[in-house]
Amino acid sequence: MGRIKLLLLYDILRWEEKSFIDAARKLDIDITLLQVPSIYGKVGDKATLGVNDVDVALQRSVSFYNSLESTILMESMGLNVINKSYTIMVCQDKLWTTSLLVKNGIPVPDTYVAFDPSAVNKVAGSFLRYPFVIKPIYGSWGRLLALVDDEEDLRTVIEHRSYMHNPIYSIYYLQEFVNKPGRDIRVFTVGDEVPVAIYRYSNHWITNTARGGKAVPARIDPELEDLALRAARAVDGVFLGIDVFEHPEKGYVVDEVNAVTEFRNTVAVTGYDLAYKVLEYIVNMVKH
Amino acid sequence: MMIVKCPICGGEVTVPDDALPGELIEHECGVTLEVVIDGKSIKLKPLEGVREDWGE
Repeated sequence: MGRIKLLLLYDILRWEEKSFIDAARKLDIDITLLQVPSIYGKVGDKATLGVNDVDVALQRSVSFYNSLESTILMESMGLNVINKSYTIMVCQDKLWTTSLLVKNGIPVPDTYVAFDPSAVNKVAGSFLRYPFVIKPIYGSWGRLLALVDDEEDLRTVIEHRSYMHNPIYSIYYLQEFVNKPGRDIRVFTVGDEVPVAIYRYSNHWITNTARGGKAVPARIDPELEDLALRAARAVDGVFLGIDVFEHPEKGYVVDEVNAVTEFRNTVAVTGYDLAYKVLEYIVNMVKH
Repeated sequence: MMIVKCPICGGEVTVPDDALPGELIEHECGVTLEVVIDGKSIKLKPLEGVREDWGE
């Protein structure tokens, strides 16, 4: 078999995408860059898209909708995309992710869903103790999360949501507030391996590095490794960023799974070449 | 290297010859610019915030 032909789908060339280009060069991969906003073509027809001669695609679009739909389009031509559209959709929908994690026996923070403000009040009065967290079903970078301390906070969040016109905000994803030790863990999976992880330290309850959380290399113990791999299998993903909390009573719990993950801060503090690892996996996958 | 006009401040922006579409350039006026390649012409546009996204 000759050089592997990789299609890199992207919106903007962030540090991560450039690191994939560098890694492709090191691994002698024939890489083609395709900016998603420039794509047009017939569903199921490689020729109109100009992607006739490709072995595999790597999805790196920062926009969820661009990543999902361009993956579906590539899959319509029989192309294998990492991660697949199913995984991207599951990981975008927090309820879907939590549902699959629970079904597969993976510990998660106690999570409730309500479809109406009065139902939210019933959950708050009967099942969830204050403080708790309300999250949008879709979203990342820690945006639109709300820490609800009391009934007045809850009333405020419900009122704000009532003026949001997107129907997705009328669905309430409610989760116990996990009293973390000032950090959470971002664990990366590549196939059946967990090559690297970071602690994200923050004085704020939202620890995303995109929100100012400080990255520090994390130790991957066997329990964390097993948990991450089981979560990856639950969402049928290959290259994932899995957010794990250290729960004071339950131990490790999986909070979220990211299907088109950033990793710039992880590489900066660990020195681990994650892009190389991902492309090495892809080369082996295509060859076997 | 080529010199392209900043669409925000009108100042000069140096763009590498091997710039790729979607590449980001920080300009001294404080704006982040995205490289747009249309045929043989290279333009710059202010990076638009992404409303739906994946993070670290």
